[in-house]
Amino acid sequence: MVMSMEMPQGYSQQQLALDQMFKDINPALSARQAGIESSRCYYCYDAPCVTACPSKINIPSFIASIHADDLTGAAKTIYSENIMGGSCARVCPTEILCEQACVRNKEQEKAPVKIGLLQRHATDNAQFVGHPFKRAAATGKTIAVVGAGPAGLSCAHRLALLGNEVEIFEAADKPGGLNEYGIAKYKLTDNFAQKEVEFILGIGGITLHTNKALGKDVSLQQLKDQFDAVFLAIGLQDVPCLKLVNESHPHILNAVDYIKELRQATDISELDVPKDSAVVIGAGNTAIDMACQLKRLGTEEVTLVYRRGTEHMSATVHEQQIAKDHEVRIKTWARPEQINLDDDGSLRSLTFRKTYSDNGQLKDSEESFEINCSAVFKAVGQKFAYPQAEQIIPTISNGKIATFGQQVTSIDGVYAGGDCTSEGQDLTVEAVQQGKLAALAIHHQLSQEA
Amino acid sequence: MADLSIEFAGIKSPNPFWLASAPPTDKAYNVERAFEAGWGGVVWKTLGEDPAAVNVSSRYSAIYDNNGEVSGFNNIELITDRSLEVNLKEIEAVKKAWPDRALVVSLMVPCEEESWKKIVKLVEQTGADGLELNFGCPHGMPERGMGAAVGQVPEYVEMVTRWCKTYSKLPVIVKLTPNITDIRFSARAAKRGGADAVSAINTINSITGIDLDQMSARPMVDGKSTHGGYCGPAVKPIALNMVAEIARDPETAGLPISGIGGIGNWRDAAEFISLGSGSVQVCTAAMIYGFRIVTEMQQGLSNWMDSKGYKKISDFQGLAVPNTTDWKYLNMNYKVVADIDNDKCIGCGRCYIACEDTSHQAIDRKVREDGSVAFEVIEDKCVGCNLCQITCPVDSCIKMEQKDADKPYMNWTQDPRNPYKDAS
Repeated sequence: MVMSMEMPQGYSQQQLALDQMFKDINPALSARQAGIESSRCYYCYDAPCVTACPSKINIPSFIASIHADDLTGAAKTIYSENIMGGSCARVCPTEILCEQACVRNKEQEKAPVKIGLLQRHATDNAQFVGHPFKRAAATGKTIAVVGAGPAGLSCAHRLALLGNEVEIFEAADKPGGLNEYGIAKYKLTDNFAQKEVEFILGIGGITLHTNKALGKDVSLQQLKDQFDAVFLAIGLQDVPCLKLVNESHPHILNAVDYIKELRQATDISELDVPKDSAVVIGAGNTAIDMACQLKRLGTEEVTLVYRRGTEHMSATVHEQQIAKDHEVRIKTWARPEQINLDDDGSLRSLTFRKTYSDNGQLKDSEESFEINCSAVFKAVGQKFAYPQAEQIIPTISNGKIATFGQQVTSIDGVYAGGDCTSEGQDLTVEAVQQGKLAALAIHHQLSQEA
Repeated sequence: MADLSIEFAGIKSPNPFWLASAPPTDKAYNVERAFEAGWGGVVWKTLGEDPAAVNVSSRYSAIYDNNGEVSGFNNIELITDRSLEVNLKEIEAVKKAWPDRALVVSLMVPCEEESWKKIVKLVEQTGADGLELNFGCPHGMPERGMGAAVGQVPEYVEMVTRWCKTYSKLPVIVKLTPNITDIRFSARAAKRGGADAVSAINTINSITGIDLDQMSARPMVDGKSTHGGYCGPAVKPIALNMVAEIARDPETAGLPISGIGGIGNWRDAAEFISLGSGSVQVCTAAMIYGFRIVTEMQQGLSNWMDSKGYKKISDFQGLAVPNTTDWKYLNMNYKVVADIDNDKCIGCGRCYIACEDTSHQAIDRKVREDGSVAFEVIEDKCVGCNLCQITCPVDSCIKMEQKDADKPYMNWTQDPRNPYKDAS
């Protein structure tokens, strides 16, 4: 998908300033770099990178195509397994997936092929004449997809490709889900998420309804009645709280909300940026994204606090390094204990209790300390919350929708995928794969019924 | 430190590294820079009769390796496009200024006795050390009855060589074209004509590639192209074989050979010398990197010679010739089998798929409990072809190990399986 780098119309100086602040953290390869990098691939037989890729992209094949100067072929190889190959190339934790599996790690040089950047090179520079895929003959079936995030879009695309009609119901006013609202701004620049959605919908046969939330504007019962099958890709909606006094203070914020606001902002003055100091609580990629973005926005001191050690952080070593590169202070073995306000009600500091591990069990120590801050951002995970108004509810296990192989839920004709299910580690690439598998399962099921 | 000096066909040179007749040796300016950089000698770019040749634009094209480095080079340039008079004057001056360096002059004139007689006399007056007859140029000149058009006909090679030997006291080196079926015939002809040495190889007829947008080969001259002369690292195997063929042919054995073809470093040079070359000529590498590469060439060759105890070039010159033989004399009882070191193996599976698809299905792929894979050679099926070793990207992970070491030497002429044993 060739994306225009020209400025969209009506692009303001403020937007430009904001974009400058959030330039691509991992810039694209030049054609020459890609040529040399692609030659480093050994074209392994039964390649471990493919095994490690949740969406099973034929990595050696697409790299060979890049090396043979067929970027279009390379991109088609990627898209045929992962229609969101463009955003996955940017947001995938390749350091724990394909690139970790690369056999070149086992060589003395210990440097994997830059698979993620090569994937981006192919998807950014391919020259398709029209959409790369042609839809199969119409099946006459119509499927409802709830949620236009990676899982929903992937499922919709594959269903449409197979000849089905799809209607997507999205609660937000823009499609894209996490890619649009939840990924750090420097990872997906230049309005990439929307361009990618446009590309995916380009296959045809997909109708998108925005501002249509499950449990509010549509119900599962209605969808079940009106469509041949339903795919739930509703993601995670809720965030856990710290259960501290004063937690509702306006400067105690959820990181996901702030990131969403930042992603949608067109002017830096729209944002309430803590000037001197901020504390981020959490240890996942969202915490890192939050802390780094605050640094870029100009917050002087950003401290990321986690109750366990760095080795327990769910953010990868690579992500932790990004935080260090942004001069984020990382403080481990401490949990927030008290929110301290000034007499005038403004946030002054956070008191932390030092913790330690006692045979794996987290224990409080005698010591505590205080960090002055004018804002706190909670990034302690996201929770699944099924719409309360819904009459029929699929079986929930481990707090998420249970799936029973092939993305099937406990409700007949209703499938689920992405972060709302209890499968996987909530990665974009896994959501895409689950959406694809659900589409294949739905199509298979409906074809048998026909 | 090893002594790199040589005497080649009577021509003395402080080291065996000469620049081949080509653009780098087209004028005094370049040659002086080359000598300053340390080159032992040059073969001045081919002189012809006036009026001088006229060249087209562009003239060069290349093919590249995976890292974007030139591996094959191609040109459609003609002999010198400067006047004979200017060249001769410069040759004389350069030789005077650099008396210790070898200065050989390449020549190409029409196949007429008078023409050759006249030009060799002129060159002799410059004080140059020797002549190189250009019977190899594959483009432009053959259409005019020169270059490869002569080199491809052994009778002409012999005839022109004899003329030059008749009219000049200078050593005559005959530069051979590889665009023939058997290099030995032209080498033998040169020897019969009285050549003091041969040099091989000249460039190979080639088209390096096609511009698929313009539907024309490169280099492109206003949308059209023509075959050029191929050189650079890619031609080394062809050149080495031709040098070996001349070195081990009973009729030309002992005839000095100046090795040319893809020499870019000391190791390439050592290989040519081990196959009998007395000097080596370099062009493409100098054209890509500049004259300075001769520093590492001299240093590398000298260090390697020291490590082997070779004191002078002739100590190892030709040592690989007796080990280059005909297929029928290879030992049928020698057997090697591949062995894969699984500690070094990175699991890329290239050896496995290469053997499985295209060879003898002699590698077993085992998936371990942890999901990793191990590859093992099935000895009974392995024919020792080397393919797995060639595909393996890891140094010394696959070794070829000798089996049945106790069996005596037996070549094909002695082998009971040879149906024509008695005839051979």
